[in-house]
Amino acid sequence: MSAPSQASFKISMLLNDTRYRGYTFQFTSLLLLFVTFSYLGSNLIRNLEEAGLNISYAFLGEPAGYDINQRLIDYTSQSTHMRATIVGVLNTLLVAFLACLSATILGVVVGVLRLSKNWLISKLMAVYVEAFRNVPVLIWIIIVFTIMTAVLPSPRAFRGEDPSASMIFDAIAFTNRGVYIPAPVFGAGSLIIIFIFLTSILAIFWYRRYATKLLYGTGKLLPVFWPSMAILFVPSFVVFFALGQPISLDYPSLTGFNFSGGWTVRGSLIALWFALAIYTGAFIAENVRAGILAISVGQTEAAASLGLRPNRVMNLVILPQALRVIIPPLISQFLNITKNSSLAIAVGYMDITGTLGGITLNQTGRAIEAILLLMLFYLLISLSISAIMNVYNKTVSLKER
Amino acid sequence: MKLLNFLGVAAAVVLGAGTVAAATLDDVQARGKLNCGVNTGLVGFAAPDANGEWDGFDVAVCRAVAAAVLNDPSAVEFISLTGKTRFPALSSGEVDMLSRNTTWTFSRDVDLKFEFVGVNYYDGQGFMVPRSLNVSSATELDGATVCIQTGTTTELNLADFFRSNNMSYDPVPIETNAEARQQYIAGSCDVYTTDASGLAATRANFENPSDHVLLPEIVSKEPLGPLVRHGDHEWGDIVRWTLNALIAAEELGITSANVNELAGGTNSPEVSRILGTEGNLGEMLGLDAEWAKRVIAAVGNYGEIFAKHLGESTPIGLERGLNAQWTEGGLLYSPPFR
Amino acid sequence: MAAKKSNVAFVRETQLPELPPPSIETGLIKWMRVNLFGGISGTFLTLVSLFAIYYILSGVLPWIFNGIWDTSNVRECKKALEGASGGCFSVLRERWYQLLFGITYPPDQYWRPSIAFVLLFLALMPVLFAQIPRVLLIFSGLYPFIAFWLIWGGTIVAPLVALAGFFVAYFVYQNLVNQSFAVGAVAGLFAAIMTWWVGSFVIRFATEMNVIALEAVASRDMGGFMLNMILGVICVFLSLPLGILLALGRQSSMPIIKWICVIFIEFIRGVPLITLLFVANVVLAYFLPPGTTFDLILRVIIMITFFAAAYIAEVIRGGLAALPRGQYEAADSVGLDYAQSMRLIILPQALKISIPGIVNVAVGLFKDTTLVSVIAMFDIVGMIRGPILASTDWSGVYWELWLFAALLFFVICYGISQYSQWLERQLATDRR
Repeated sequence: MSAPSQASFKISMLLNDTRYRGYTFQFTSLLLLFVTFSYLGSNLIRNLEEAGLNISYAFLGEPAGYDINQRLIDYTSQSTHMRATIVGVLNTLLVAFLACLSATILGVVVGVLRLSKNWLISKLMAVYVEAFRNVPVLIWIIIVFTIMTAVLPSPRAFRGEDPSASMIFDAIAFTNRGVYIPAPVFGAGSLIIIFIFLTSILAIFWYRRYATKLLYGTGKLLPVFWPSMAILFVPSFVVFFALGQPISLDYPSLTGFNFSGGWTVRGSLIALWFALAIYTGAFIAENVRAGILAISVGQTEAAASLGLRPNRVMNLVILPQALRVIIPPLISQFLNITKNSSLAIAVGYMDITGTLGGITLNQTGRAIEAILLLMLFYLLISLSISAIMNVYNKTVSLKER
Repeated sequence: MKLLNFLGVAAAVVLGAGTVAAATLDDVQARGKLNCGVNTGLVGFAAPDANGEWDGFDVAVCRAVAAAVLNDPSAVEFISLTGKTRFPALSSGEVDMLSRNTTWTFSRDVDLKFEFVGVNYYDGQGFMVPRSLNVSSATELDGATVCIQTGTTTELNLADFFRSNNMSYDPVPIETNAEARQQYIAGSCDVYTTDASGLAATRANFENPSDHVLLPEIVSKEPLGPLVRHGDHEWGDIVRWTLNALIAAEELGITSANVNELAGGTNSPEVSRILGTEGNLGEMLGLDAEWAKRVIAAVGNYGEIFAKHLGESTPIGLERGLNAQWTEGGLLYSPPFR
Repeated sequence: MAAKKSNVAFVRETQLPELPPPSIETGLIKWMRVNLFGGISGTFLTLVSLFAIYYILSGVLPWIFNGIWDTSNVRECKKALEGASGGCFSVLRERWYQLLFGITYPPDQYWRPSIAFVLLFLALMPVLFAQIPRVLLIFSGLYPFIAFWLIWGGTIVAPLVALAGFFVAYFVYQNLVNQSFAVGAVAGLFAAIMTWWVGSFVIRFATEMNVIALEAVASRDMGGFMLNMILGVICVFLSLPLGILLALGRQSSMPIIKWICVIFIEFIRGVPLITLLFVANVVLAYFLPPGTTFDLILRVIIMITFFAAAYIAEVIRGGLAALPRGQYEAADSVGLDYAQSMRLIILPQALKISIPGIVNVAVGLFKDTTLVSVIAMFDIVGMIRGPILASTDWSGVYWELWLFAALLFFVICYGISQYSQWLERQLATDRR
């Protein structure tokens, strides 16, 4: 077998010879890509020239001129568009975080309950999963928002001699503008309490490790739950009262048009958060169920034959193994939540789509710039979450034999 | 660059796309339909009725232009646009004109490169509150929750108003008028603010309109008018003078009822010029002599349109106010047809 | 004595009939004991769920059964209810056609999309169920053209020309594929484009002559649930081939092709669909030659197709990766080239594994078509949020409308997902 000589190269080999064909294809596609992009680019330049417009991000430095109700950092209508964008970014992250957390809890509970031996509860969970998975999330967001605005009482209902609505424990008010909850006010000495509380949490971890070590070393089983609770609360409470209750609560109260004081959790935030949580929770429940079913029955039986109680079988044997199957789809559900949070626009929650992609875009007319920035933001989030997932997958696959 | 141009033409052919050159009029006539951008749904101005027919004050302007250009007031393709999509739709040529209660502002005219052809409704931003709140002036609204429709100049005016009066407020941004109303009725905001005409239209839809009051403060100037793209002045002229013909017709007493009779003969020279029995105004516009006659016969004069869609006999019940003829103390003043 | 048979038997010679199990261990009671009241926590959960079911039903049932179906606006409906709990379902009756077809589709032509809808199921049958005679696949192949003609109208020549283009392409490809797949494919593509180009003149002529023409309906007149169906079906249909190409490209050994596909897929998957729709709606016009416009619906279809294709590509990539290495090597060792091995060996198997994933993407895509309401298209959500709730007649009738929309989506998506599960079971038994 001798290699074909170079001299016999013919043009047709570019298409027929597998050695060169790859280069032909790549070159052609690169050329096509280049032509497409330069074509689109030249159109853009011509269009902008014709309309007398330009691409410029200078608008980000100009005063926004509009107000945002939901903000985690200081912002007034005199702040810049850039700051409005940051407010939007933080709001997106806030709702995504809340929804991810609650969707996970909901999903795990429902996924486990769906495998419950209790016929009624497993059927009920199946109904929940199917109902929420098969209806668009936009419709759920609107429905939850309608419940928030049309069913809950307005602050006016709390007014008067014989109000038709009242606050729960005189502390929490559910209104159609949002939920008003007491906010903690930190007085002098409250830092000590916070420090002690944090130390208690560390102490719990230490105690648990000690208990595990003792269990593995001597086989002695220490109770974990109640001592943990005691460690968590008792020292903080003792210090709290010893210092004369430096942390007090600021209760919301009805003044003027609205409740004031305390913290407000807005209706739009709740609607988006709940809708995303129950919608994605249904998907996560399916992932959890699939993950648990993926663990072979033998594992359960082996654990049971060792004398573990059902709860411990679940906690010590099944779930740790199932997690490996569950976590990758779980993370992609988190990604979906973050992307679906852009539907905030339907309920007027001021996430980044509402500020940068909404009002800022409308007011400045800078459509290309704003949408490009918007896409970059989401891309950044997605890529970082994917990166985390890849790292996780690597660590998991290392443990596999 | 030549290659790119060639590709551009090739792509245009492949896509089967029509090119919108300077001559919008030719395109409209070739297409046989006028593409008119309107609101997604604001009763009185532009909203589809139960049969899906678009109806309203802004819609009538579209129909008037269609009657002038295409001889058929129903030859209009209504394209509903949100606050966000209206300007890109006009500048990309998706619509030939925009008649979507759009405020004439400096930056839209100059920076966004549009041409406002006139004002068909003088409006201003107002506030609506439930009567039960016992509020009689917008300056008492400190701390209130305010529903605003986004994508308009409204939110900027609102921010300015509350800032200049040193008051705080809680804005609730909402996409559509329908949802704003839903929230306002449910009491999830104390105040609803948008153009006063929009407020009146919204209030008219309530079960008990008298339970709600419009506050006396008008916090902005909102001259609403139809607009076209920069650059095609012939087309701009047609839309402008169609609007002026509607206004002048009211001033001169031409109505849809008597337009045929007046076209038969009248001793008012301006009426004759408008109706094309004298002079060649239509020809100058690139249309035929009877363009304005068709417009008035199809949709009536300004006063008739107003009375039909917004006036006191409709559920919306707006007074003419600033929108009366200049002879009656309003701002409507058509340049002479000469 | 010994011969005398004792009538006292010490060993039972026949088996006694089985006694029924104690009543506590049988039938309904046992079932309930095991499945409903097993242990304290089980009983507690059962009671809680029973209460939840009672609570929901006691609210919903009167609302449904007390519903009013024959009033012409919400005020009459409220009056007819006399303060009792009940739904104003008359809005569904009054606005039935608007919910299904939007506001601007010509009412006398409603039969056309309805027939297209029914035919869709007939066309899908042979694709979905292998038991159905393969001959019917011909109808499935023809369906896109029939449906296009029915929904958009115009002369029948237009879909015929489009069909002819595919036939010509196939014919040319068949004749040249023996030389090389690439030659066949490129020549076929070229032949199709030529056919369509020539055909466009025929279409223009036929349009003027109104050859077997239905009343033409512009795509912006599409609305209601029909728009969701159109977008869903077209985009799934188009995104499949594109997704396969992208998946193959991503697996390719050619670095440039691979990276183009990777960047495309990751970019599209990294951004929310809504931003892509904004691009279609607001930005795309700037990238077209000055003065060109094309339909919003077409722009949206392109964007949703890209979106779905990226997800489908990832599913198929999973399928490709799941195939044993040996299949690739076997194909190579038989001497098949890349195109042949993909077409004959790899893809049929990989696609089969990927079907459940693809169906999931399709369901998700169908649900995502509701997002077009955000860019002011009147799909069913847009119809409800816009014209219907904004009208004086029906303002405030949320539940009836939203639950109706939810029900429509539920029926279709649940149906598809049940099918997917059934198929998964079928495929699983195949492999054993």
